[in-house]
Amino acid sequence: MNLSLDLLALLRGEVQADRIVPRTGHTARLTAAVSGAMAFLAVFALALSLAAGRLAERWETALAQSATIRVSAPAGEIDAQTQAILTILAQTPGVAAARALSDDEQRALLEPWFGPDLPLADLPVPRLIEIIETPEGLDALGLRQRLAAETPGAMFDDHTRWRRPLVAAADRLRLLGWLSLALILGSTAAMITLAAQAALASNQQVLRVLRLVGARDSYIARAFVRRFTRRALTGAAVGTALGALAIAFLPRAADDGAFLSGLGFQGAGWLWPLGIPPLAAVTAFWATRIAAMRRLGGLR
Amino acid sequence: MIEMQDAAYGYAGKPILAEMTLRLAPGSFHFLTGPSGSGKTTFLKLCYGELLATGGSVQLFGQNAQDLDRDAIAQLRRRIGVVHQDCEFLDHLPLIDNIALPLTVTGRDGPAQTANLTELIAWVGLSARAQARPPEVSGGERQRAALARAIIMDPEVILADEPTGNVDWEMSLRLLQLLCELNRMGKTIVIATHDLALIRAAKPQVQARVLRIAEGRLQAAGANL
Repeated sequence: MNLSLDLLALLRGEVQADRIVPRTGHTARLTAAVSGAMAFLAVFALALSLAAGRLAERWETALAQSATIRVSAPAGEIDAQTQAILTILAQTPGVAAARALSDDEQRALLEPWFGPDLPLADLPVPRLIEIIETPEGLDALGLRQRLAAETPGAMFDDHTRWRRPLVAAADRLRLLGWLSLALILGSTAAMITLAAQAALASNQQVLRVLRLVGARDSYIARAFVRRFTRRALTGAAVGTALGALAIAFLPRAADDGAFLSGLGFQGAGWLWPLGIPPLAAVTAFWATRIAAMRRLGGLR
Repeated sequence: MIEMQDAAYGYAGKPILAEMTLRLAPGSFHFLTGPSGSGKTTFLKLCYGELLATGGSVQLFGQNAQDLDRDAIAQLRRRIGVVHQDCEFLDHLPLIDNIALPLTVTGRDGPAQTANLTELIAWVGLSARAQARPPEVSGGERQRAALARAIIMDPEVILADEPTGNVDWEMSLRLLQLLCELNRMGKTIVIATHDLALIRAAKPQVQARVLRIAEGRLQAAGANL
């Protein structure tokens, strides 16, 4: 109840009460500057987290439902083995679609390494079969055993081996982003607490006089809390706006989804930074309130 | 109203006041005398809850001061007006805002209170200096502003700690006259002072008791002027 009243009074503002605390330009600028800088960094940490999250999700979902079979066999047998494998796959539960990659597709895959004029027909390049799984997935172990028994040249790869560390790395990156946000928030709280303590210490006489004329602790604390909360809110709003602009002007994501060019917000993700100024304000509110109540506790 | 029963106060193991037994009746007028450092200010602080007795009991408006929480202390100070020795102002605010401070902190700064404020400032003779800041005014003006602030909430008790300590004799008499007028309005007054001439000057104006603190104890309590 008291907290609700405090927050209401905070939003409403009390001109007379605000005059009671002398203006302190130094701490005002410090609080606003710290909040602005931290909000700017928070926007980047948030963008990093969201981008890492999208990447992890993409790798997870895009690769989880696909698999590849590599067919290595003498040139005369490769078509027969490919056909046999496709037949097996057609009978395998969990396989939504399966097809052998054409020569052009295989050439495109190898082009980054061997150049555009690769004589595919003259090279013992294995044939690749792409498998799209149903949402339920297939029995990888069972399929491997059947392929080993019926088509010895086939090698089943469900991408698990290389997908797992990539997803883990992206997840870790996302976690680091959130951890950075938490550290930024903690640092903001610490800096605002220090600024509030400095302001309270330099206004010890004000606190004493207010107590002597019958002011309650909550009233006195509110005069400081309101000031610091507004400064933090204003500074964070400016920092967030600048951070969002900087993100908006980063190079756009390329089609191949390169991570750095994908750093940013997408769609409703742009709403996330809007939460930073209120979060800074709430942090300043509590940091100042706790500091003020501690300081007032030393006065009778 | 304010009652002490064997009240004592000590700091860091050193006794400052002891065996203080006293009852301040409504509408009474008391002078509290004693040499500098005898504990007059400490006595007044016990009366408005800035200090808590380390022995005995202090009853403030029927409540034991020890049992009052911080909000209750704040509430209590709206019933006790205090004129501090060094006035205790907010130097960045003009006198008028300093005088109105008790109204401001209790949210009673409406039009009716503003009218009373103007009247009060005129009563203490500060109309022309209302917009001046405390460092810009004389000692006498500060004391009168402090008195105005002490009574703006219409308190039942007024405690004045050396209110004439930094002013000339003429201003001392003016302040005394204001305090006597307040007493005639029914306020309980306690003036801590070491100025015996001031006490003698009060004789024709008011029926007062003189209390003396010496060696940490109340002496000659009940001696009338």
